[in-house]
Amino acid sequence: MSFGRMHRKEDARFIRGRGTYVDDVRLPGMLHGAVLRSPHAHARIVSVDVSAAEAHPKVRAVITGQTLAGLNLAWMPTLSNDVQAVLATDKVRFQGQEVAFVVAEDRYAARDALELIEVEYEPLDAVVDARTALAPGAPLIRDDLEGKADNHIFDWEAGDRDRTAAIFEEAEVTVAQDMLYPRVHPAPLETCGAVADFDKVTGKLTVWCPTQAPHAHRTLYAMVAGLPEHKIRVISPDIGGGFGGKVGIYPGYVCAIVGSIVTGRPVKWMEDRSENLMSTAFARDYHMRGEVAATRDGRVRAIRVKVLADHGAFNGTAQPTKFPAGFFHVFTGSYDLESAHCEVSGVYTNKAPGGVAYACSFRVTEAVYLVERMMDVLAAELGVDPAELRMRNLLRPDQFPYTSPTGWEYDSGDYPKALRLAMDMAGYDKLRAEQAGKRARGELMGIGVSFFTEAVGAGPRKHMDILGLGMADGAELRVHPTGKAVLRVSCQSQGQGHETTFAQIVGHELGIPADDVEVVHGDTDQTPFGLGTYGSRSTPVSGAAAAIVARKVRDRAKLVAAAMLEASPDDLEWGDGRWSVVGDPSSGRSLAEIALAAHSNLELPEGVEGHLDAVTVYNPPNLTYPFGAYICAVDVDPGTGQVKVRRFVAVDDCGVRINPTIVEGQIHGGLADGIGMALMQVMAFDEDGNHLGASFMDYLLPTSMECPSWELGETVSPSPFHPIGAKGVGESATVGSPAAVVNAVVDALAPYGVRHADMPLTPANVWRTVNGDPFRTDLAIP
Amino acid sequence: MRITVTVNGQPHTRDVEPRLLLVHFLRDELGLTGTHWGCDTSNCGVCTVHLDGVPVKSCTVLAVMADGHEVTTVEGLERDGELDVVQRGFVECHGLQCGFCTPGMLLTARWLLDRRPDPDEAEIREAISGQLCRCTGYENIVRSIRWAAEAQS
Repeated sequence: MSFGRMHRKEDARFIRGRGTYVDDVRLPGMLHGAVLRSPHAHARIVSVDVSAAEAHPKVRAVITGQTLAGLNLAWMPTLSNDVQAVLATDKVRFQGQEVAFVVAEDRYAARDALELIEVEYEPLDAVVDARTALAPGAPLIRDDLEGKADNHIFDWEAGDRDRTAAIFEEAEVTVAQDMLYPRVHPAPLETCGAVADFDKVTGKLTVWCPTQAPHAHRTLYAMVAGLPEHKIRVISPDIGGGFGGKVGIYPGYVCAIVGSIVTGRPVKWMEDRSENLMSTAFARDYHMRGEVAATRDGRVRAIRVKVLADHGAFNGTAQPTKFPAGFFHVFTGSYDLESAHCEVSGVYTNKAPGGVAYACSFRVTEAVYLVERMMDVLAAELGVDPAELRMRNLLRPDQFPYTSPTGWEYDSGDYPKALRLAMDMAGYDKLRAEQAGKRARGELMGIGVSFFTEAVGAGPRKHMDILGLGMADGAELRVHPTGKAVLRVSCQSQGQGHETTFAQIVGHELGIPADDVEVVHGDTDQTPFGLGTYGSRSTPVSGAAAAIVARKVRDRAKLVAAAMLEASPDDLEWGDGRWSVVGDPSSGRSLAEIALAAHSNLELPEGVEGHLDAVTVYNPPNLTYPFGAYICAVDVDPGTGQVKVRRFVAVDDCGVRINPTIVEGQIHGGLADGIGMALMQVMAFDEDGNHLGASFMDYLLPTSMECPSWELGETVSPSPFHPIGAKGVGESATVGSPAAVVNAVVDALAPYGVRHADMPLTPANVWRTVNGDPFRTDLAIP
Repeated sequence: MRITVTVNGQPHTRDVEPRLLLVHFLRDELGLTGTHWGCDTSNCGVCTVHLDGVPVKSCTVLAVMADGHEVTTVEGLERDGELDVVQRGFVECHGLQCGFCTPGMLLTARWLLDRRPDPDEAEIREAISGQLCRCTGYENIVRSIRWAAEAQS
């Protein structure tokens, strides 16, 4: 009972079209909002004339930056302690920025009225290329910040600079490589939106919105809007994919709330796809230079990295406060190094804000890509097989728990075993032999290896908070008199299947079927406080809370059972879902029997108030560290540059698997992300800051035709830092897979002397790379 | 314009603007919110419904074009309390995660199995290639449709 494969509870509604996503919420008298957005990347606002829009017969309100300024709401805090314009007052700073908000009787009328708003702009030069953002004379983006004279946001470093430099001085071999992890977007199929309903009589604000962090939203609304927090209810209904893009608060949400307050009616706002791609949280945009120092026989000694991080026009990255570059300093990866050092500088550009989104585990994605690309660059330099080079440098099982040169404490693992398993599954030697034969015939085949270590489950309160809110999660468990249970958790699923997995955790701990446990989530009035679902933290943090609160119930049940059995609690043992007197299995009392007794007139022992309900707050003692070994085989058409992913072998270790079917599904999705980012997806800009990937016609996502049939394997290294040994898996494959695909393509192109090419490896980019003329994938600037 | 569209066997008559999209007619006029909307450009396919038995992307069909025609949505797949075999297949093989692409995928799967009761993997992949899924990497959708093919044979 409990752990293992079971059908998802969620599916019953989804296969019938009976999910409730935010756009499915319809309230009596509901109005519809639409956002007017800037066509310019950088321009001064001279005037905004809304009179014609206000005269539209179906329009009920038009809100501008000036309206909001009067309410002190024109700017809102970001998750990185910067501010972001809700509606622009002075300037627009990226194409697609919010300028005005129309509230009308229906969604078509709201859109019509946008056309009636006259905005006069005075265009300014835009900063599009992060590499020129700090150049003298670069246009100043954030003149709203007092005393700000440049586009610099932060400098940050980790590791030991001097020791690393000393190793590089004396190293037998060093290699260096510039690489870009391009700006991409998670593009969940459901865009963002909100339904806001402010009740003037009760003063209660209810906001339906697909947020991955409903409790954080509630607290921030209280801080931003000055509304009392107990009068705010955030309901995060079914979410059509999030992937990190639905963590933050977007201006449209605030506008919907203001629209409801102003009109006295509920207001729905749904963005369209272009709005979603142009204005909501992007990911990556890391310009990196990696260097590796090694011995001639392939022992990696040190890694050094310099990063220029493009954060867009407002610094809105979502990550723990202490870490402006997220967890990027986990870039030493899975290897045993003597020293490491990284420097990261963040800059403003005239692009949408964001940076941490898209299943990246707070920039572990960029870190893994960096180190796994560098391992291949070194392998090429040394003439060593890339799998063999990794095997020589992987951490050994006896080194765990392992403290990395940049201060992470890895929990558990047998890395060589995982890589060997992946190589066996792939038939690595045979693939290499096949490749040799093909090369002799002029055919291009590549094999790419990637070994990743994730850092998830943020996080320990003393190190980790977002805007001052510590990253611990609550859980409440009620056991009804008949022994059926209701678990309330703070996080919210975007498809990960929490209603099933968390029920399995409670079922496992209490010895009852998962079907007897209802999971309540996504409603701040019904659930305890917690920081939400991102960074693969649900199972590591909220899942741990679920296990702990169930154990509290079990402990309480023990005292009640002792009273029922007229025995000392010390004489009871737990087994098969029953408390029984040691040595007398026939005395066993099930949870249902104990629950009924706990609600009855049974005389309870001292210290037991009655009932079995319990609450907890789980503060993780450490992060958890899932890992995996991925091998990808590609064929490249030398005539067109087209890459075909033929095989993809993924061995994942995420500790104990609660529901293996769900775990595998999570991995499948992340592997597709890897193919998308490596081969197709990029948000590029022209020199004026025009977004060149603002629809699915231009921002290409992988379909069933680009994806192979995934081949999965597993090892299991329970985490000692988690009550059930689980590590989290939601982002592992997105983190680990891009490097495997790129390494495979670069391997295929080795006969042309290619050692690196930036993502995405589109046919055009492959063709240009082969011809020694790669282009910058982030810019359409000659 | 006054139109009559038969949806899931039930005729519905409404006065609509000529520009109203079929997806909005289904969702906002009829309250059939199982049909989702995702991209505006016919790329994602979450709005897929059957128009006279053929899958169409209802974000690029005007409601007036469906006047006098038959539409089937995900709500019409279950008959007399019996799930369609493709719905069962998606549950059996974990063919969905967030559920947003699922209605469109189910309708395409139904159409495929009507035409080709025993499709191989390549045929299934081609059939769903006009629809995006961001969660499953397609693997379990393909397996779900194969399961349904075997279960109905």
